[in-house]
Amino acid sequence: MFGYAGRLLHVDLAQRRSKVEVLGEGFCRKYIGGNGFAIRLLYDHSPPGVDPLSPANPLIFAVGPFAGTMVPTSGKYIVQAKSPLTNLMGEAISSGFWAHALKWAGYDAVLVKGRAEKPVYFFIDDDTVHFIDAGHLWGVDTIETMNRVKEEVGGWDVEVLAIGPAGENLVRYANISTDRHRQAGRTGMGAVMGSKNLKAVAVRGTKGVKVSDLEGLMEACRELYEECQGPYAETYRVTGTPASLLFHQTVAALPTRNWQDAVFEEAEKIGDKYVGERWVVKAIACAGCPIACDHLTLVKDEGGEVLASVEFESLYALGSECGVGDYPTINRAVDLCDRLGLDTISTGVTIGWAMECYEKGILTKEDTEGIELTFGNSEALLEVIRKIAYQEGIGRLLSQGVKRASEIVGKGSERFAMHNKGLEYPGYDLRGLKASVLGFNTSTRGGCHLRSSMYDYDLKGRVDRFTAKEEYGRLVKEREDLWSIFDSLMLCKFIRGILNTPDQLARLYTLVTGFETTAEELQRAGERIYNLEKAYNVREGWKREDDYPAPRIMTDPIRSGVAKGAVVTKEEFDLMYKAYCRERGWTPEGLPTKRKLLELGLEDAAREVGVPEGV
Amino acid sequence: MRKFIAADPDRCTGCRICEMVCSAVKEGEFNARLSRIRTTWVTPYLVTSLACRLCEDPSCVRSCPQGALSVDEEKGVILVDEERCVGCGLCVKACEFNAITLHPGRKVVIVCDLCGGEPKCVEFCPKGALDLRTAEEIAQRNETFRKLLP
Repeated sequence: MFGYAGRLLHVDLAQRRSKVEVLGEGFCRKYIGGNGFAIRLLYDHSPPGVDPLSPANPLIFAVGPFAGTMVPTSGKYIVQAKSPLTNLMGEAISSGFWAHALKWAGYDAVLVKGRAEKPVYFFIDDDTVHFIDAGHLWGVDTIETMNRVKEEVGGWDVEVLAIGPAGENLVRYANISTDRHRQAGRTGMGAVMGSKNLKAVAVRGTKGVKVSDLEGLMEACRELYEECQGPYAETYRVTGTPASLLFHQTVAALPTRNWQDAVFEEAEKIGDKYVGERWVVKAIACAGCPIACDHLTLVKDEGGEVLASVEFESLYALGSECGVGDYPTINRAVDLCDRLGLDTISTGVTIGWAMECYEKGILTKEDTEGIELTFGNSEALLEVIRKIAYQEGIGRLLSQGVKRASEIVGKGSERFAMHNKGLEYPGYDLRGLKASVLGFNTSTRGGCHLRSSMYDYDLKGRVDRFTAKEEYGRLVKEREDLWSIFDSLMLCKFIRGILNTPDQLARLYTLVTGFETTAEELQRAGERIYNLEKAYNVREGWKREDDYPAPRIMTDPIRSGVAKGAVVTKEEFDLMYKAYCRERGWTPEGLPTKRKLLELGLEDAAREVGVPEGV
Repeated sequence: MRKFIAADPDRCTGCRICEMVCSAVKEGEFNARLSRIRTTWVTPYLVTSLACRLCEDPSCVRSCPQGALSVDEEKGVILVDEERCVGCGLCVKACEFNAITLHPGRKVVIVCDLCGGEPKCVEFCPKGALDLRTAEEIAQRNETFRKLLP
């Protein structure tokens, strides 16, 4: 095959054995790659009701058909497993030369099962898989681990992904790192790795990848590269994601102090202009990306030099969400999270919740062991981050994520636990973004901006963001399906201003794989993949109530700014949700029907979770 | 003075597209191992790409025990006599710039030949970071790069 390697690597950590399974054309075309491959494998290989931190939970890494080629932004991988944070489908995507290396080594996916007796990492060296003791790396931070593994197995062409202490210590939102600054951040995939005693995965690939129409692809890529230097990617190129901070501030959509407000009075001090002039030292690119949005900041102070990749979501979560308006602190907090292996969004939102609890007297100084856990306390923020990663003191509670922590603490704190299905919300105040509020909560992985990115509609004025409308149901469904194609081909969503129609995607897919494919076929595959994720969730115990926004979104109106007074009522949400289910061909209660699943060629899911019509 | 492919580290973002373009053009596949140009991180925020520097008195040529390497009189590029090359790797060790590498399949060394004067990597570099320059030009034009010169 072209584009695809056509092979899946099975790794059994308990037995320290591996084997290769061939993936045929039928499978590849039906599930595209990346997200599609991973959810299919997860559905097939995870025993129903599996404990996410048990050896039986399969951990899946997958890349897309474009990985390893010159297709812009194709250096991405996905990791999926049942999530220890949501107890449903877990999924995180990141960029990395690791993705290219895996393809060049001759694999589209790796399925890891079991638990190693003691800490281990494995090294995929083309056709050989080496299992190497990792006792000496246990407790080592992610950046140091990646460097050391690279040295140990030798060579500039080895790519490594790794967990930090947080993953080892089973923090439920621990993440996985590659390329120093890139993280597969969400849903606790690092904890699943940690539960398997798996510290890192190294890859060297020397086989390369061939495409069906090389000349055609080079021409298409030349145009795309040029467009990436044009207006549609300008903000990413010039400023990067931090540009969103002051924009959200202007439109009162910047969650502040645990969503008590949507305007942060210190936003200017952490905004892109102020930060850019003082601390940005370099814009770097992910694997094979012509845009290069990552603006590294270097802060020098008494504590030394700290180089960090601070994205908008981290600025929100460790900044406005915690009331911190000091950029050096945020820079340090991001570096700390990256090295310890913590998802910055979940970390910040969980700490923000704890700060509100502390200010309301729900958590006391006794609970925090003397830490003055008030909003804006920079030192407290940094100290608590460490405690979370090492499961010390208050960190033990907060390492559970905001859903569990609030259930443990109680006293009404569940009301302001900002999550959906256990996944902490990113930095979009949903009360004044009514297309987004639907998409962020129907999301199969919980509170997430990347399953449909409906803020494109709300914030660019394509819909009336203050009015809930039935039509958002259709828009969300279409976006979810399109993003499923993106995540399966494995392209970065930051190229969406340039590469965004199913027609364009189908053309690229055909150039790479040689499989004549129409936009409709790709769209059908996207819908199939999303339905399979949903079916997995239903199988694992998802309920209709799980799709409601966090209580605060439906009860506490935004206090200031242009969105003042905005709130999402239950009636509004239900109206959109019903329309969404109708568009999906699901029951009004959000359950996939037998008919829909069969129509999409998901016979097993139809049999196992499909609901007969009229129930 | 000879012109070779050099990256402006102020523009280079470390995307490695040059490597993929190079292997595609030279070998018909995408494979960093087959690229004649290689991206190198000098520090976590300083990255550049290096290809053959077309040295006046190339250490690779001097190191070859088989006499397989020579300098093209006209263009200045290194010529590899694949009949003579046994893939021993001594030239790979000798090159200060890591600019000559071993082809993992064919067991001969591969090195930048400037694509006959119109290098594809330069053409495709999305940031315009690559160009044909002399060592002197680089030293004069670029403060950052000067620090990288031996």
